Amino acid sequence: MSNKYITQKIKEKFSKVAHLYPSKRALLIPLLSEIQKEHDGWLSRNAIREVAQFLELSEADVYGVVSFYDLLHDRYVGKHRIRVCTNISCMLRGADELIKALEEELKVKAGEVTPDGTFSFVGFECLGACEVAPMAMIDDHYYGNLTPKKLIDIVRSLK
Amino acid sequence: MNYEPVLLRNIGKKLYKVADYVKEGGYSGLEKALQMKPEEITEEVKKANLRGRGGAGFPAGVKWSFVPKDIYPKYLVCNADESEPGTFKDRVLIEEDPHLLIEGCAISSYAIGANTCYIYIRGEYTKQADILEDAIADAYKEGIIGSKVMDSNFSLDIVVHRGAGAYICGEETGLLESLEGKRGQPRVKPPFPAVVGAFGKPTVINNVETLCCVPFIVSRGAEWFRSIGIDEKNCGPKLYAISGHVEKPGVYEFPMGITFEKLLEEAGGIWQGRKLKAFIPGGASAPVMTADDIGIPMSFDHLAKAGSMLGSAAVIVIDDNTCMVKVAKTIAHFFNHESCGQCTPCREGTNWLEYIIDKVLSGKATEKDIDLLTGVCNQIEGNCLCALGDAAAMSVRSIAIKFKEEFMKYVKKLTLVRE
Repeated sequence: MSNKYITQKIKEKFSKVAHLYPSKRALLIPLLSEIQKEHDGWLSRNAIREVAQFLELSEADVYGVVSFYDLLHDRYVGKHRIRVCTNISCMLRGADELIKALEEELKVKAGEVTPDGTFSFVGFECLGACEVAPMAMIDDHYYGNLTPKKLIDIVRSLK
Repeated sequence: MNYEPVLLRNIGKKLYKVADYVKEGGYSGLEKALQMKPEEITEEVKKANLRGRGGAGFPAGVKWSFVPKDIYPKYLVCNADESEPGTFKDRVLIEEDPHLLIEGCAISSYAIGANTCYIYIRGEYTKQADILEDAIADAYKEGIIGSKVMDSNFSLDIVVHRGAGAYICGEETGLLESLEGKRGQPRVKPPFPAVVGAFGKPTVINNVETLCCVPFIVSRGAEWFRSIGIDEKNCGPKLYAISGHVEKPGVYEFPMGITFEKLLEEAGGIWQGRKLKAFIPGGASAPVMTADDIGIPMSFDHLAKAGSMLGSAAVIVIDDNTCMVKVAKTIAHFFNHESCGQCTPCREGTNWLEYIIDKVLSGKATEKDIDLLTGVCNQIEGNCLCALGDAAAMSVRSIAIKFKEEFMKYVKKLTLVRE
């Protein structure tokens, strides 16, 4: 079997920590996250199949894990994923306006990908940065003390 | 308030290298611990009345003593999944003082006899996980951890394990499932993790802040720890994460049991010169308190006695311009989204909570719906495997009862339209 997803690079990375876990399966979530990072931010059916075979699990089992976690995606979610915290502390400081501004700027609803495939945004649960509320996570980065204008400026700079 | 911080003493110093941390007195707790017998450390932590800072407030030393002596291997798991809405103290600890956590993990592993420690960190904290991994790599290089911890016969591996976004993985057994590569659905207890935990082996799970207290207990003693705080059962330095409608949101360290009033003052008071309407003392899971409760000491037992909880000490402050029905909606939505779906009362109940509150907000509800709301809360509570459902029920119910008149305003509007 040729490995398209579990590349030599990924194998090497995981071989360094594999001996610290008594089960192979413990690598599943870090492995899925790593593959997703290398493949446009989502996990295709083929990727899931390859991981399942590699860890000797059923595809359904792996899919069950993918569907459980908010940071794992079984479909394309855009080049940049915008997660706006909408939980209490951010809600109290204007998260709703951020969502509204994104709807207007990107002309899509929460969860949808823009037609050019560049962005998608979602309201997200607490990201643990309430001292800079309202805030958002774009890809791997946190942006705090946002206003609608600040957020849209950041989004435009990413295009 | 005149208080010398302990846990936050290295804030802003950027002690990412072992050498820098040692210069500030770091790893002296571990050095001392390695001269002690493991049981002596557990005894000291017990004497200190160190209670779990993750939310439950269970005495850490007692938890450690549940680990059976004759089963190997054992594991220490550090819970860095910090997902309780309003909580960001562990993030700050990891960012600002990663070696303090490593030291706490090393001492605690030695005390319980674990040679592997997993730090389960939420997937969103990528920067923090990187900081921690770099600090761990340096600790290996400098012989702080590894096959000979500080030249002793104790060996320890520390692994950073990244989650992938699920609140429920902060629950001890949900975390263990996730660590094992599964959906993070909590397990039936007993057996408790101390006996059957990660990979079927005895496991202690402690919060980041809890573990960060350990080096100080070892180096300064249980008595010193107990002398800080409001009383002997509610003691030690405590981090409070304050957010919402305050002038200076942030993480503050004070002796356990500082009053809410004092805390609010330290955080600059209510923003924009407004008045206090309500506050949530311990994250979204904690029942809401009103402006009348302003003098309450922020400790495990004082808040429990008042019908709420300290939880993770995530203090969310709400001003008098806020609609409490909207606050209830946000909380209900959160628990509905994060319910793992395993237990029917929680899976269906949290959905109902959000549905009914939406109905109230849309002006279509009657007073009966508000009774239904508290009724659903009563049916969720106590009927699930873990505390998520209970938290949703207690929190939403507290708002529906304490701020019923705000719910009624939406209901009355409908009556007017009908007339």
